[in-house]
Amino acid sequence: MKTKLKPVKLSAKRAVAASTHAVVPLKERRLNFGSKWDFAPAPEESKNYVIAPQHELFIDGKFVAPSTGKYFDSINPATEEKLTEIALGNDQDVDRAVKAARRAYDKVWGKMPGRERGKYLFRIARIIQEKMRELAVLESMDGGKPIKETRDVDLPIVAAHFFYHAGWADKLQYAFPGGRQPRPLGVVGQIIPWNFPLLMAAWKIAPAIACGNTVVIKPSKTTSLTLVRLAQIFQEAGLPDGVVNVITGVGGTGDAIVRHPDINKIAFTGSTEIGKQLAQITAGTGKKLTLELGGKAANIVFEDAPIDQAIEGVIAGIYFNMGHVCCAGSRLLVQESIYTKVVSKLRDRIQTLRLGNPLDKNTDIGAINNKPQLEKIRELVQCGVAEGAELVQSSCALPAKGYWYPPTFLTGVTASHRVAQEEIFGPVLSVMTFRTPEEAFERANNTPYGLSAGVWTDKGSKIFKIVNKLRAGVVWANTFNKFDPTSPFGGYKESGFGREGGVQGLGAYCRLD
Amino acid sequence: MKAAALSKRERPEVSIRQSAFGIRNSPVPTVDQVMVEERAASFAKRSIKTSAKLAGLKMAVSMCDLTTLEGKDTPGKVAYLCRKALQPIEAKYNVPNCAAVCVYPNMVKYARKFLGDVSPVNIAAVATGFPSGQYPLRTKLEEVRRTVADGADEIDMVIDRCAFLAGDHAKVFDEIAATKEACGPAHLKVILETGELVTYDNVRLASEIAMQAGGDFIKTSTGKVSPAATMPVTLVMLEAIRDYFFATGIRIGMKPAGGIRTSKQALAYLVMVKETLGDDWLNPQMFRFGASTLVNDVLMQIVKNVEGNYQGSDYFSLP
Repeated sequence: MKTKLKPVKLSAKRAVAASTHAVVPLKERRLNFGSKWDFAPAPEESKNYVIAPQHELFIDGKFVAPSTGKYFDSINPATEEKLTEIALGNDQDVDRAVKAARRAYDKVWGKMPGRERGKYLFRIARIIQEKMRELAVLESMDGGKPIKETRDVDLPIVAAHFFYHAGWADKLQYAFPGGRQPRPLGVVGQIIPWNFPLLMAAWKIAPAIACGNTVVIKPSKTTSLTLVRLAQIFQEAGLPDGVVNVITGVGGTGDAIVRHPDINKIAFTGSTEIGKQLAQITAGTGKKLTLELGGKAANIVFEDAPIDQAIEGVIAGIYFNMGHVCCAGSRLLVQESIYTKVVSKLRDRIQTLRLGNPLDKNTDIGAINNKPQLEKIRELVQCGVAEGAELVQSSCALPAKGYWYPPTFLTGVTASHRVAQEEIFGPVLSVMTFRTPEEAFERANNTPYGLSAGVWTDKGSKIFKIVNKLRAGVVWANTFNKFDPTSPFGGYKESGFGREGGVQGLGAYCRLD
Repeated sequence: MKAAALSKRERPEVSIRQSAFGIRNSPVPTVDQVMVEERAASFAKRSIKTSAKLAGLKMAVSMCDLTTLEGKDTPGKVAYLCRKALQPIEAKYNVPNCAAVCVYPNMVKYARKFLGDVSPVNIAAVATGFPSGQYPLRTKLEEVRRTVADGADEIDMVIDRCAFLAGDHAKVFDEIAATKEACGPAHLKVILETGELVTYDNVRLASEIAMQAGGDFIKTSTGKVSPAATMPVTLVMLEAIRDYFFATGIRIGMKPAGGIRTSKQALAYLVMVKETLGDDWLNPQMFRFGASTLVNDVLMQIVKNVEGNYQGSDYFSLP
């Protein structure tokens, strides 16, 4: 038996009228990220980790003084205090290192079966895991990176790279199609940047030694500390002498590596400017070269994107590691229909980023790595404003000492603005618009770079359509800045050539017969 | 977009677009599962120490809806609950009272008797055929009216998940609106029962419907379905509240309920509120925890913070 219910008739208007809600006037509708519940300082313990007053070169398995007898200061960019002194290596030191590497290659490492080499890599990976907390703290102090990132991103991936390549060491003959047998190249010269000091070292060293090469590696001038610490781990792991040599120093030291006649391959991560010089120097020398250079990645947000998550991706894409990321999503391309909404959400979101002491576990934004970089960021932002872009910055307080730059974005940017073209390499996002998917990939590709890109849409078919047209080495869909040793990383155009990571990355360290 | 697929029922007064499908003609945003879970996890990584921890824990107590929802509830049990809500721990610890007690409709009169006519502790009652909601609207509304008449300050209703999942979102809307009307002066919390809605897209849409239909609060769960409250689900709802605030100027409250048992969890939720909606939501008027065992864990941490060492659980009175 069916009872007929009287339908409830209640209009939307009546519902609103019935509600007792106070309505905040339009102009006062803002979120208040104030001090109602302030977080107390939560610094990571650092006093147990002693930093030696001086750090030497690591040549032939031993720590040795530089032939110049000179050292340079390494400072903590968050405090401008001197951390330690680092040996200044010159061409003589490089020569010693290359000779040691050649000896190790000829006598030990090049001949060692892959399964034996793999054991050393596994051992290194495990020691890194054991010392992860210490390395994370040192990385933070040396480079200004927030401990949250060094602890949760850098160091786990560093260990993962050694584990991953340890696994390849005895399986290289299966890595390449057509039964081609890979053989090592010989002595490899590697030059790495300051944005991910240990991570870049792992990206370079792990595949090189897994494939049977020996290494002479130079860190950036501002971030040598953790690589020297990694050299101690190589000693601890019993890695044969000379397999990895660390030459700290300045630009000239790197130049000596690149020009050394007994080096078979150069692997470089850094600026496009230097990358171009390296291409010239190595041309015709028979040295193999891989370059991982700058970027100006487009993060494309369509109107049908999961918008709150896209905002998180945009934030992670540009403010991760203070924007000192070559694959940073520094150009935000927003579909014009949602431009206002996205800008207003970004405005709110940057207010909740916590800037300050990199060793504080709640810090999201650490210090800018070095003073010249800070000046470059300032100059480019000023230029953006002079060219008519609107500046939006977090109102967070900056510490009095150290190098700091607040999370920033520029709206009203067009493709002809300098801030839309040049890599800023800082926490600065350029916000631009597009109308159609075609315009989106056209604008995304309209750059001399091509390292990475991001696409945000809820529509799967649109993702596949777009990613196939983007000329970028890595394209992330509905996520950003995800790294894994199994996934190749590298650029198009002025972002460089060669791949790191994955089976493709092995190819850069092998000769195929 | 999805409006066409909605309801073919004749309802001239309600524009579907306005009622269930977004604010000012913009569709309800979709939610990406991977990223929302990643973001939710990030709040739990905040390190809340010393003074911030103590302040956060006290705030958590003040936001508790101390709950008992069992068939075996009796006037005696309700008295335990009310007394605990009024004074969670000895006065020397300076801990605020809980926001409310949350009981079944039949228990409201006992709670009112215990708490008196004027009390700092509100009486919340679950209603509308809690927990399933599978009852006729007429009886649901009658239940609400009687519960309010018995002295409930707040009504925690459940949405009609049957209608929602069958696609009749307009019915969900109308029931909430009717319940709001039946509530009279009582505040209305709308339980979405996110564990039965399953997807974040559903949670987001249901939040939108609940807010537009007149809910004062949106609440995750009944506590009778697993999973109950989770961080990502709560984040999706907080984001819906944020968009609704900007569109209408109305601040809707949030109540995660079920499964929040530890101080650590509670602090992570508070961090999420702080960094998603800001200071204006960090109070018992705008944010509540629906919980029964949480409060003693929080009190234990508060005492530890003040005294320097942990006390055994027997030193904390049971609600």
